[in-house]
Amino acid sequence: MTSSQQAVLAATAITKTFGAHVALQNIDIAFRPGEVHALLGENGAGKSTLIKILTGAYTPDSGTVLVDGTPMSFATPLQAQAAGIGTVYQEVNLLANMTVADNLFIGRQPRRFGLVDQRTMARDARRILAGYGLDIDVHAELSTFSVAVQQIIAIARAVELSGKVLILDEPTASLDRSEVLKLFEVIRVLKARGLAIVFITHFLDQVFELCDHATVLRNGRLVGSQPIDDLNRTTLVRMMLGKDLSLHEDAVAGIEAEVGESLMQFSAYGLGGKVQPFTLNIHKGEVIGVAGLLGSGRTEMARLMFGIDTADQGELILDGKSRKIRSPRDAIDLGFGFCPEDRKADGIFGDLSVRENIIIAMQAKLGWFRTLSRDEQMEIAGHFIEALDIRTASAELPIKLLSGGNQQKAILARWLATDPRFLILDEPTRGIDVGAHAEIVRMISRLREDGLALIVISSELDEVVSYSSRIVVMRDRAMVAELHGADIAPDVIVQTIAAQPTSSAPFEGAAP
Amino acid sequence: MKIRLGSAFMKPQFAALLAVLLLNWLVFPGFFDIAWRDGRLFGSLIDVLNRGAPVAILAVGMTAIIATRGVDLSVGAVMAVAGAVAATCAVAGQPLIVTLAAALGIGLACGLWNGLLVAYLGIQPFVATLVLMVAGRGLAQLVTSGTIVTFSDPALVFVGTGSLFGFPMPVVIALVLMLAAHALMRRTAIGLFIEAIGTNLSAANYTGLRSRSLILAVYGFGGLCAAIAGTIAAADIRGADANNAGLWLELDAILAVVIGGTSLLGGRFSIPMSVLGAVIIQAMNTGILVSGLPPEFNLIVKASVIIVILILQSDRVGELVAGWKRRSTVLPQADQAKSKTQVNIQAPEKMG
Repeated sequence: MTSSQQAVLAATAITKTFGAHVALQNIDIAFRPGEVHALLGENGAGKSTLIKILTGAYTPDSGTVLVDGTPMSFATPLQAQAAGIGTVYQEVNLLANMTVADNLFIGRQPRRFGLVDQRTMARDARRILAGYGLDIDVHAELSTFSVAVQQIIAIARAVELSGKVLILDEPTASLDRSEVLKLFEVIRVLKARGLAIVFITHFLDQVFELCDHATVLRNGRLVGSQPIDDLNRTTLVRMMLGKDLSLHEDAVAGIEAEVGESLMQFSAYGLGGKVQPFTLNIHKGEVIGVAGLLGSGRTEMARLMFGIDTADQGELILDGKSRKIRSPRDAIDLGFGFCPEDRKADGIFGDLSVRENIIIAMQAKLGWFRTLSRDEQMEIAGHFIEALDIRTASAELPIKLLSGGNQQKAILARWLATDPRFLILDEPTRGIDVGAHAEIVRMISRLREDGLALIVISSELDEVVSYSSRIVVMRDRAMVAELHGADIAPDVIVQTIAAQPTSSAPFEGAAP
Repeated sequence: MKIRLGSAFMKPQFAALLAVLLLNWLVFPGFFDIAWRDGRLFGSLIDVLNRGAPVAILAVGMTAIIATRGVDLSVGAVMAVAGAVAATCAVAGQPLIVTLAAALGIGLACGLWNGLLVAYLGIQPFVATLVLMVAGRGLAQLVTSGTIVTFSDPALVFVGTGSLFGFPMPVVIALVLMLAAHALMRRTAIGLFIEAIGTNLSAANYTGLRSRSLILAVYGFGGLCAAIAGTIAAADIRGADANNAGLWLELDAILAVVIGGTSLLGGRFSIPMSVLGAVIIQAMNTGILVSGLPPEFNLIVKASVIIVILILQSDRVGELVAGWKRRSTVLPQADQAKSKTQVNIQAPEKMG
């Protein structure tokens, strides 16, 4: 252990549950002064829950948060701030229509004779920002500056207010390469000043470029916490995506043999700045798994295939004809279906009944006037509720009252009712309980046997390996590999994802 | 079906209407008197329906718009435009069919304009329809050249003051429109699609609903309803007043929809319940009028009654009442459970 120094902020045995869902289980973590600590994990791994506990937004069910070795219990983020913990979020959390100086000092403006002392405030603001290498007009409105500058101002404010620990939640997500470098300089200065810095990102390059220590969370558990010098890209990706891989070698199933005839081909299909052109031949009766880290372009590829975004290059050949997909409606008319990643925002109609949620895509296909009678609706809904074992007290219950797994099954039923030939499932098992998880995995295999073509995006490597006939690996918004046969193994996927990217910086992408 | 009908009548809106009517009867004992004269019905109740018809017609269109998570502030102004067009046509000696087609056509066009701004340009409904709320009156003034255009075309006047089967024409029109709109919404998939769009627009698009064209159609329908109401209002007074026709009625229409139980956040809706809301509002107006209360009190009394109705409908109050009921009925429930077990124990004996 290189870390003889005492942790300025630490958490021990933190557990937090939301209802039946365990968000964090027995997490130990320590942040030391003068260290940049990367906090890594896929969506839903528990990063934000942990941050919210450290900053007092949530109270843990059990476990202790220690500042300088003293147990603290924060009831509000303000108390955490007073204890020295500052946070900067991805979306800059400042007042865009006020001046830079106002933003730095709001709530604690220097006063003179009971009035705000503008002169002192401006002078102090300039002095603070000079420490970050920024020489800007502090009387200008914040919104006149770039996101990167706003980000630095937000950091400056957080450091001024707290001063011991700085938590940066995906600060580089909306910055370009030069801005990222600028931000890194600032972070290095703060590190030299002895701050403990928590850096949340999903760009591996940035982790190796900037950080001293990395902690990986997955499904609410601590996978590992090590100095960065002891890690390489492969181990890090493995920690983020897979379990102990050696245990799962038998999961490599050789189901490639019985793939059906070709259904369609995307050739050089892409969208500038979002998805690099990819070529993919999709067959009947096969499951194509899509692997890749968050932000690798996997969801963007799915959106493109379903017409939520419209491709600006390449073509799709289906039924021997060139097809254009400009909207989900076009895709649905071709027999496509899409279960989105964010079920609540893009999938379910919360207040509508399970029945209505199931029949709606079919009815949308039929149009306004060719109406399914109530009896027909009941029959279709009843059929799928039984076939997919959707647990609901009644088909008339608002779907928002169902569990996540049953909502997911209902959305699957919605598409199956349209008799599709191609289904895209984006993280179909995220945030659902273990039982429903297994059922959905089984269902994917059954649909493949029925001759459907499926694309399944998943962060669960074991899972994606178990049902895929082929795996496509995404990295930096591009399809970088197609794995077949014996290569369909967690190890190979991890290697492929972790392989050093080419010279182009990941966050620049193919900027228009 | 019977049970569903029964539960519909249990809704607080019916209780509210009943309460308002009873109050009216207390302050004006002749309130429920209805007489048959010259082949038509007369009485305060009929008057409530007749006076409430324009707002009820507006509420029919407004319900669908609000269900898509929108709002239309321009319906009052569109009433004025349609009234002005109808009056101008009548003065020019056009036959009724041309007059009506012109008035309804301009209303439909106004509605489609709103829908275009909302659905295709993505402007917030509040702002988009505010444009026509202001500009519409100007348009109406242009049509009438700034004067009050009076007419005496008996065919057009009949639309506002005539009667059919003993009921005033406005009531008949409102009723037919309500039934037709309700059937259109529930016999086709349109109602479901509107509720889906209002509940979750993103999911609706992912599901392949043509949400833009539906939103456009819904605003167009709202404009059409406003034109019908505007034509009736003009025919009723035999003249078009660009400045005052339909003034502030958009607010009454929105209120009627809310009283009817459709959330301003979109989603589930019921056109008949909105019409009921319009009747409640008019019953209050009439009640305040016949009670002889000084007119200064009108708005305050109206506001108070509305607050009471909205409180009765609020989910939070519903939960509070349900919680209070649960707590106070713990004992009887326990008794019930006990008696059930007794029945169970006895049952085998009977069989034996």
